[in-house]
Amino acid sequence: MTEHAIPASSVETTVPMPAVTAAFPATAPTATALPATAPPPQAEPERRIGRRAVTFDGACALIGSALGALGLTWLVYERILPTTGALGFWLSAFLVFLALYGGVTALVWGRRAVADRLAGAFMAAIGVFIVFVVVDQVAYAAYKGHSALGHLNFLTRDSLNATALTPLSQGGILNALVGSLEQMGIATAAAVPLGILAALFLVEVGGPMARPVRSLVEAMTSLPEIIAGLFIFALFILTFGLRQSGFAAALALTIMMIPFVARSSEVMLRLVPGTLREASYALGASQWRTIWSIVLPTARSGLTTAVVLGMARAIGETAPVLLTSGYTDYVNANPFSGWQTSLPLYIYETVREPADVQRVRAFGAALVLIALVLVLFTVARVLGGRTPGELSRRQRRRVARDRLAYTAERPAAHLPGLSATDLESTDLERETNESA
Amino acid sequence: MADTMPEAGAGAEPQDVPRVITAQLSAADRAFRGLLRGGGIAVFVITGMIGVFLVIRAWSSYRVAGWGFFSTGTWLVGENHFGIGSILPNGVIIAVIALVVAVPCAIVAALFISEYAPGALRRPLIALVDLMAAIPSIVYALWGVFFFQPEALGFARWLTDHLGPVFPPFRIVGQETKIAFSSSPFIAGLVVSLMVIPIITSLCREVFSQAPQGEREAAYALGASRWAVIRTVVLPYGRGGMIGAGMLGFGRAMGETIAVSLIISPVWTVNWHLLQTGGMSIPALIALRYTESTPQMLSALMAAGLVLFAFTLAVNAAAGVIITRTRSGAQTAD
Repeated sequence: MTEHAIPASSVETTVPMPAVTAAFPATAPTATALPATAPPPQAEPERRIGRRAVTFDGACALIGSALGALGLTWLVYERILPTTGALGFWLSAFLVFLALYGGVTALVWGRRAVADRLAGAFMAAIGVFIVFVVVDQVAYAAYKGHSALGHLNFLTRDSLNATALTPLSQGGILNALVGSLEQMGIATAAAVPLGILAALFLVEVGGPMARPVRSLVEAMTSLPEIIAGLFIFALFILTFGLRQSGFAAALALTIMMIPFVARSSEVMLRLVPGTLREASYALGASQWRTIWSIVLPTARSGLTTAVVLGMARAIGETAPVLLTSGYTDYVNANPFSGWQTSLPLYIYETVREPADVQRVRAFGAALVLIALVLVLFTVARVLGGRTPGELSRRQRRRVARDRLAYTAERPAAHLPGLSATDLESTDLERETNESA
Repeated sequence: MADTMPEAGAGAEPQDVPRVITAQLSAADRAFRGLLRGGGIAVFVITGMIGVFLVIRAWSSYRVAGWGFFSTGTWLVGENHFGIGSILPNGVIIAVIALVVAVPCAIVAALFISEYAPGALRRPLIALVDLMAAIPSIVYALWGVFFFQPEALGFARWLTDHLGPVFPPFRIVGQETKIAFSSSPFIAGLVVSLMVIPIITSLCREVFSQAPQGEREAAYALGASRWAVIRTVVLPYGRGGMIGAGMLGFGRAMGETIAVSLIISPVWTVNWHLLQTGGMSIPALIALRYTESTPQMLSALMAAGLVLFAFTLAVNAAAGVIITRTRSGAQTAD
């Protein structure tokens, strides 16, 4: 529990949405105005009020209630009542804890604090529950599937010899791995340009068509996975008369990915400060130039996150692939002809075989799949995760260097608080000068 | 957001009004805007094509089955006796169970992240919820079948014993064996709920975090506790967002394929006994039956898929409308 002040929370939570209207938005006169040389009269610094500092009594009440609840529940649940079971124990312990904690709070802090404390405890419990579920999923797959990964051939051989009758030292999932990566690659190559174009349309062009497109994109983000597969099946295989292949599966994944990429890129593009665009327009840049050199680079970090998360999502989809890719035990590196297996499909087909060794293989493949998703997820966090305008450490260092150079050049120059936005516009200036 | 301008010199000036600037677009710009517009239209075209091709492929089935398609419970395509009369309600049952669990959990989790969690915990928690959404559905399915189902059987039995007499859907027909409780809509619904929680959580969190700072501070200034601020400011503000998020979650739960098809054991009547084995949903039907591919059977599956597509699109579009109509949504959409 760290201290958290009221004004600080507004930094993260409320992000000003730039009102992007037509091609040349009317400038908001006050937004970028630098403060005049005379500092504003209110010089007194903002006093921060901490609302959730950890106090000794607070911690004691919490820990005491928890210990008391555990002890009481153990006594009553295990020793007195004829009840057993871990789930029941923890549920009752939690309820007893809430009662004790509420009682202590009422005694010490009065009745008005009770609802607040209980709500806090309850919410924290849900948070713990979610953490538990995610960790448990990964841990369970690891527990069940790690023995398959103990054999190197699991990653380097195809699944031709991986049957219910052969040991784990034979056969592997190379065919599924190759298929998964290829299909994800094709889907990304197709979905990312389209998705970002749609997002740019929503943010930069707008107009009367933007609203229905936005609603449709939102609706498509929770399009049932199987429908994408069914559609590609109807179009590609029934209408065009082609066979099931990795490419068809990749197209189905593309259908799933486009709305996802479009929606999350739109969110990121909206966060690009309108003042940057206005500065660019004011310097005479055209719209495509503004988007290409200002909007997209500013949102780069967020767009990367959107794309990589879209990839993580595409690699895990089962249902679209189920109908469209076919299934083979051989490694087929050509997505355009012949059936191709992917990891989710391999798991789906293998886990239904009634043999323990196949189940271990399925969990091993699930573990590989989770690892791939985790890698993509981490990449997304490392590469991206910054909102537009938020500078990376390197960029901040550059800002400091530039500022130093600037003041060294013109010692008399007055520099009123150079902010990130101002720096970006000097970049723009340089660029437009070069291009002119 | 208007910054307070320093008073010096700004005294008698007339009110600043934004000037509307109109400019000629260059040819390159016009082409570029055309390209972007094309991207927007592509979304329309793809959605339209999904609908058109499903209709084309499903048409013969609708002609064979007629209106009976919506009332027939069985799926005997060879005998021209098939329909979604039991499949759609069974799917709705699973989705509703999922929502009953997921919506409260997700709202509380979103409140925890946006209101209660200490600042240092907030980012990891958001990442965790994103990760939960990124975990492949097949992993949830495996976890649900092999880990969760055995654990949940005892709980299901407890529900039948204690709440069954009061709440008829919790009753069970026949012997109370372990088999009778496995592969039930209840278990499928719980697993699906885990897959829906992250979606609803992240939507709700976005809405909650937009609750006006001024109103929060006003509530605090009046002496409200954090919970009171949530009750009086955050929740009323986010009501539309919560409803919309719940509906999007419903669309998602209706469309969940793999977990349901691995967990459920198919039945062709509406199973009102939530804890009893047997259930179905349209995606599970398609996933389980697509291999038996005579053209007629495929057409029947397309017909079922079209119903699902129209249903989820309608639910999701309605959710979108609700979100944008409310106060919290009006700020994000243009």
